[in-house]
Amino acid sequence: MNSLIFYSFAAILLFAAVMVITVRNPVKAALFLVLAFFTSAAIWLMLHAEFLAISLVLVYVGAVLVLFLFVVMMLDIDVAPLKEGFARYLPLGILVAALIVVEMITVLNAPAFNISAPEVLEESNTKQLGRLLYTVYVYPFEIASVILTVAIVAAITLTLRQHSRKLQDIGKQVAVRREDRVRLVNLRNKPDEGENAP
Amino acid sequence: MIVLSDYLILAALLFSLAVAGIFLNRKNIIILLMCIELMLLAVNLNFIAFSHFSGDPAGQVFVFFILTVAAAEAAIGLAILVLLFRNLSTINVSEINSLKG
Repeated sequence: MNSLIFYSFAAILLFAAVMVITVRNPVKAALFLVLAFFTSAAIWLMLHAEFLAISLVLVYVGAVLVLFLFVVMMLDIDVAPLKEGFARYLPLGILVAALIVVEMITVLNAPAFNISAPEVLEESNTKQLGRLLYTVYVYPFEIASVILTVAIVAAITLTLRQHSRKLQDIGKQVAVRREDRVRLVNLRNKPDEGENAP
Repeated sequence: MIVLSDYLILAALLFSLAVAGIFLNRKNIIILLMCIELMLLAVNLNFIAFSHFSGDPAGQVFVFFILTVAAAEAAIGLAILVLLFRNLSTINVSEINSLKG
């Protein structure tokens, strides 16, 4: 039963990956990528990585792939010239991919990798992961948050339009005269006209 | 019974499909970014499989960090892509050659 589930999910995952790389329309490719990520979240659930499976669905399907779809739909792309060379590079691509697969399968069929799963641990996966993240890996965890902040700042500064940017105009700053900025108000002599005093 | 090598072979197949995708779609930057995401997914599957079969949750912590970096990479990459399209009106890799001497 377990292996039936695994093989069906593996078949769906590989089908989705093939469709991502062969389909003509980028929107369809992004949607098949959603399918691939969802299926691999299911495979991660079979490996008892519940927290990561849920965060894959939330972070990837919920944020990154929606961003992909948004960008694909926002850009007005002419797909036809982007597909030229597909047939020309097909034999080379298949050759390289097949070589990688043959090499990896040769290595991975070694008896060292032929181990079955250990007993399921008592503690929940999220609790284990949280304990590790906040003790042993707390410093890398903080670096990860810094990386996310840098990504936000970089994405916003890259896509801001030119006229809305808060840039200094140095020529304007140098050309400023004293009269433009300073207004002397004589409070003692004319208290009621203080606003209009030279 | 599913053993570790089944998961590893699945990840290898996924990775090689992503490599083939980079060869086939070498004109379209969006599909190239998607292929990189598929590669990272295959690597994460390897990490989680090893973590499960060796009973050590430290591998899952690394998947967490890879997810973080991949999300940042996708955000910045797509921002650069939007900027590129705004300036050049194309995302064809063969037409992006303004740095060529």
